[in-house]
Amino acid sequence: MYKNWWKVLGAILVIYSTVAGFLMKTPELPIIRESIRNLYFHVPMWFSMIVLFSISVFYSIKSLRSNDPADDIKAVESVNAGVIFGLLGIVTGAIWAKFTWGQAWSFDVKQNFAAIAILLYFAYLVLRNAIDEEQKRAKISAIYNIFAFPIMVVLLFVLPRLSDSLHPGNGGNPGFNAYDLDSRMRMVFYPACLGWILIGCWIYNLLYRLRDLERNKLSK
Amino acid sequence: MKKFTATFLMFLLSLQLFAQGSGSTISDSLYASDKIYVVVTCVLVILLGLLFFLFTIEKRLKKLEKK
Repeated sequence: MYKNWWKVLGAILVIYSTVAGFLMKTPELPIIRESIRNLYFHVPMWFSMIVLFSISVFYSIKSLRSNDPADDIKAVESVNAGVIFGLLGIVTGAIWAKFTWGQAWSFDVKQNFAAIAILLYFAYLVLRNAIDEEQKRAKISAIYNIFAFPIMVVLLFVLPRLSDSLHPGNGGNPGFNAYDLDSRMRMVFYPACLGWILIGCWIYNLLYRLRDLERNKLSK
Repeated sequence: MKKFTATFLMFLLSLQLFAQGSGSTISDSLYASDKIYVVVTCVLVILLGLLFFLFTIEKRLKKLEKK
């Protein structure tokens, strides 16, 4: 985790996807037009959020098994990093919606449920702060986190598909891959996703190390 | 009859003009207003968000250094 090559890889992939995202040719689409390039920036935010939340669940389960406070801190800090990406995803989504759907927040199911999913994780962070005793906090929040993760997945990927939504891939709309994610776009989209996921893991890594330092200083 | 055919021909001519006009506006608007600034704004938002986050890390580190 402390090696550097994957951070460099993430940086290179993000730089590549930003430059290529602006310069490469995209299919000509009505209404959405050149803003299709947002696919390289808006969608990877959500992917890295999901990866960070999965890391969090992994460490929550591990902390229940091991009772190690380090695992508990890993779980919190990956949620902290994931929430940043979720917020960025929701804001970029609202900007994109403003110019393609006509309204920044049209109370589309996808937007509403995405907001609820993020609130779910805010609740996790608030719950942690409400409990003073360290072991109890680790246990209760780990259990909450294990339940919150599948609910987040259902809110983001299952429920929006069951009702009408303007978001691609939901409510009978084809996903982007069905009609405009052609091979040229894939060349940018997949590296963008991998790059942003790696950057997200880097941020989580920094947060964890910082928190670890704070903890060690306090205990001395 | 002559007048009628003349009018009809004129009408055809105008139809053709109309078709040409609408075709060029479609391709014009496709290339002219591209909504590329939506992407620019989103990238800016992401950058600003991450930079803001950097400052929060900075704050926490400074606190640690003071101790």
